[in-house]
Amino acid sequence: MSASLAFFGGAEGRFGLGAYLVCLQGIVWRESLRFLHQRERFVSALVRPLVWLFIFAAGFRQTLGVSIIPPYETYVLYDVYITPGLMAMIQLFNGMQSSLSMVYDREMGSMRMLLTSPAPRWFLLTSKLSAGVAVSILQVYAYLVVAYFWGIEPDSYWGYLTVLPALLLSGLMLGALGMVLSSLIRQLENFAGVMNFVIFPMFFASSALYPLWRVQEGSPWLATVCWLNPFTHAVELIRFAFYGKVNPLSLGVVVGCTIVFLAGAIVAYDPARGMLMRRGG
Amino acid sequence: MNVRPLLNATEAVPPALAVERVSHSYATRKALDDVSFTVAPGTFAVLLGLNGAGKSTLFSIITHLYASKAGAVSIFGHDVARHSGAALARLGVVFQQRTLDPDLTVEQNMLYMAALHGMGRRQARPRLRDLIARVGLADRLHERVRYLSGGQSRRVEIARSLLHAPRLLLLDEPTAGLDVKARADILKLVRGLVAEDRVGVLWTTHLVDEVKPDDSVVVLHKGRVLAADSAGAIMNACGAHSIGAAFAKLTGGDRDEEPL
Repeated sequence: MSASLAFFGGAEGRFGLGAYLVCLQGIVWRESLRFLHQRERFVSALVRPLVWLFIFAAGFRQTLGVSIIPPYETYVLYDVYITPGLMAMIQLFNGMQSSLSMVYDREMGSMRMLLTSPAPRWFLLTSKLSAGVAVSILQVYAYLVVAYFWGIEPDSYWGYLTVLPALLLSGLMLGALGMVLSSLIRQLENFAGVMNFVIFPMFFASSALYPLWRVQEGSPWLATVCWLNPFTHAVELIRFAFYGKVNPLSLGVVVGCTIVFLAGAIVAYDPARGMLMRRGG
Repeated sequence: MNVRPLLNATEAVPPALAVERVSHSYATRKALDDVSFTVAPGTFAVLLGLNGAGKSTLFSIITHLYASKAGAVSIFGHDVARHSGAALARLGVVFQQRTLDPDLTVEQNMLYMAALHGMGRRQARPRLRDLIARVGLADRLHERVRYLSGGQSRRVEIARSLLHAPRLLLLDEPTAGLDVKARADILKLVRGLVAEDRVGVLWTTHLVDEVKPDDSVVVLHKGRVLAADSAGAIMNACGAHSIGAAFAKLTGGDRDEEPL
């Protein structure tokens, strides 16, 4: 029996490239398994945007026409317009949920477990984040399948592929934002608080539900707020990508914000400062 | 230099765990005050203290959850703060909270842990089979953790903590919430690891009946080390007939504070 306790050579303190890959793979695998086991989570992640699509968008379909603005080349129906916004919303919820769950009491244990890995902490956090993004992308595609039968599809089927990198980036940005928030603001530990103070403002003050030129007509200052909202750029990045186009400004903003938020999260989870210490563990 | 040597500490081999002058405080409360002790390789050491003594803070610092405000911790000579990778690779941890995923099977939980240590499936599978057999749960490998009893999941956690063959095992109140039988099983299992495999163990508890006379004991009270020696030596020094009585004497003898 003692043979099984012989020192494991690969863990000699040197974490090779292979070990990094194994580690990342393991984290993504576990997150996906957990997601598959939590059916309610999957269902609610799917129902939420569908409620918007089937009820909200259907209601507004008649009253709100959307004129031709890029990337659209024709008049589009309202439900077509809000689909990219709903894709981003799925990722917003997912990002907040999975990052916040890291600090929930039940999750704190598994977070501590994760952090006992000899891999560097930035790598563990980024892997955890990537796992959350992978799950959010699954959710988005599940939504797109339903939306397809509702008659919403990109100009060409390539859109389903070209939207992928955009989803990857926006998912990273929103997940990293969730991570920073989870570490900085204690009051946000309950999800209702996050809904009120993060998700709703970000979602409504963006181009997800209405084109910004419409907002501009009503309230120029609100349009400015929307314009400064990183979520607007996540939505626009996805919208353009869904039609096989690139919106350079949005791309720049999303990449920039991802870097800033990720750096913030890594600092927040640094052993020498940040939230883990305040919480006392 | 300021380490108070425990039993069997030899000069040549670095101690399994060395805690040197560690102090830590939260906003206003001082949680640890100049804490020093060592655990020699292959020994069973007990960290004895009441709730609020600072055990959890110390545990968090040793596992590199956060860094101490002052002092240093090293595992087999590897500083936890500066060379955390090398230190953590030699450390196995069982947290007080349940950290298994209830929805995943025993094997899935273990494969995840193996991956965190950079161990691929092919390498991990035979190892985890051996280990799970060792804790007496070979037939539960493909069962979801949800359906295991408290004692069984603790045993899985111990098997999991040994996957990367650490030479030091940390257990934070591992018997909390378990019945008498399960407690005895866990204790026997871990003592077996020390005796047969020479794994160093730091066992945190507030239950004095888990201490044997030749165990190393660190008495932690209100963030300070009151004694660090073998249980027998502590009892002698206090003129007490049991480690419980010695503990009560050291901590001020308050009846309410006497551990169980």
